[in-house]
Amino acid sequence: MFAEVLASLSKGFLVTLELFAITLAGAIPLGLIICFGSMSKITPIKAVVKFIVWVIRGTPLMLQLLIIYYGPGLILGSNWWGSGEHGRFIATIVAFIINYACYFSEIYRGGIQAIPVGQQEAGAVLGMTKSQIFFKITLMQVIKRIVPPMSNEIITLVKDTSLSRIIALQEVIWAGQAFMKTSGIIWPLFFTGVYYLVFSGILTMALGKLEKKLDFFRV
Amino acid sequence: MALLEVIDLHKYFGKTEVLKGIYFSMEKGETLSVIGASGGGKTTLLRCLNFLEIPTKGKILVNGNCIFDANDERTLSEKEIRQNRLNFGLVFQNFNLFPQYTAFDNVSLALKLQAKERPDYKEKRREILKEIDEKSHGILERVGLSDKKDLYPHQLSGGQQQRVAIARALVLQPAVLFFDEPTSALDPELTGEVLKVIKQLAEEEMTMVIVTHEMNFAKEVSDQVIFMDEGLVAEQGTPDEVFGNPKNARTRAFLGKYE
Repeated sequence: MFAEVLASLSKGFLVTLELFAITLAGAIPLGLIICFGSMSKITPIKAVVKFIVWVIRGTPLMLQLLIIYYGPGLILGSNWWGSGEHGRFIATIVAFIINYACYFSEIYRGGIQAIPVGQQEAGAVLGMTKSQIFFKITLMQVIKRIVPPMSNEIITLVKDTSLSRIIALQEVIWAGQAFMKTSGIIWPLFFTGVYYLVFSGILTMALGKLEKKLDFFRV
Repeated sequence: MALLEVIDLHKYFGKTEVLKGIYFSMEKGETLSVIGASGGGKTTLLRCLNFLEIPTKGKILVNGNCIFDANDERTLSEKEIRQNRLNFGLVFQNFNLFPQYTAFDNVSLALKLQAKERPDYKEKRREILKEIDEKSHGILERVGLSDKKDLYPHQLSGGQQQRVAIARALVLQPAVLFFDEPTSALDPELTGEVLKVIKQLAEEEMTMVIVTHEMNFAKEVSDQVIFMDEGLVAEQGTPDEVFGNPKNARTRAFLGKYE
């Protein structure tokens, strides 16, 4: 029995990991674009981006997931996502990337705005171009500043993936719960906690190492 | 011919006129001190001369060549400004060293970036980099910090950081080196080492403009002193003239506070 549960949960956790990795890969760059939008000098762009960030950060991810998955079918009468597990996965990815990109964008913005303007000015009087100033001076300092808050969000994402259960994506929680229906046992569901714990433990260590690596200078 | 000539420089921030028509000129090898109360426009003048602020009106000439004219679009492009900036170096009040680089890398970074733009960079890479290394070492030695070259800014005292900042500006061999209150952010016991370096540069006939509140120092090193008040040059002359026999009532009042 135990082996059967392990196999099933592991299969579910693979979906969790996929969701986690693809969300990060999408949200990290999209967050940068949103960040530049929210700092734009063009007022309409700035206003629209800030509004979107407000809506996304101001409503539950679970609700966003439901709206993104069911919305097109209910409002437009056609299910964009296609039926079945594949469609659910795509809808989940879209919802997660948008949600996390908005959170990341605010972290980036805080990191960029915290760099004293004197750093850019020092680069400018040394004859550097704008892109040299960004890549050679600002970027490293921004990275150092955002690693701790990003680590927090990344750890949160590990657990937030479980929200996709609401549209029946077959991730690890779903896999654990399935045993309740089929075999009438609840411990597999509880046991999913071990998967989350181990994975977030590994991530915490890796991110801690990264933070240490950036300890050689102070900002 | 004057090395640096500033003609009728104005700067507005919104509707506030901070510089109201600055004129001055200086010869090669001269040290010019700019004194005056806070809010008089000293720092804005320095920032305008380094194009950290774009003057609203006026001209800047280096060796007789106009490098900036507020009425001439050509001198206002980003590329032009970047090029023309290299005539000048600026040492900031709070150093603005790059925290992620060692003292040595702070000094050599700009040269290395410039070298990459050279057409012969690929073939002569090693020689060029070696030259930059030697140059950077030499400059750090001049400010007395060769033994600190591998330390990061946070491992240096304020005085040492400012000396690295001076080295970083010097290595680009600017025609004029500007100092914006170079010792104002330092503890009193650390100002001496920075002033010593500046004095040494004055003796080596580096052309310098120093905004400062260190009156004794200004008196000692300057060839010319400018007293700025409310966005104008209120008085200008040799240190003996300005400190010994100020003609303007505002200058007298200002200097009176330092006695």
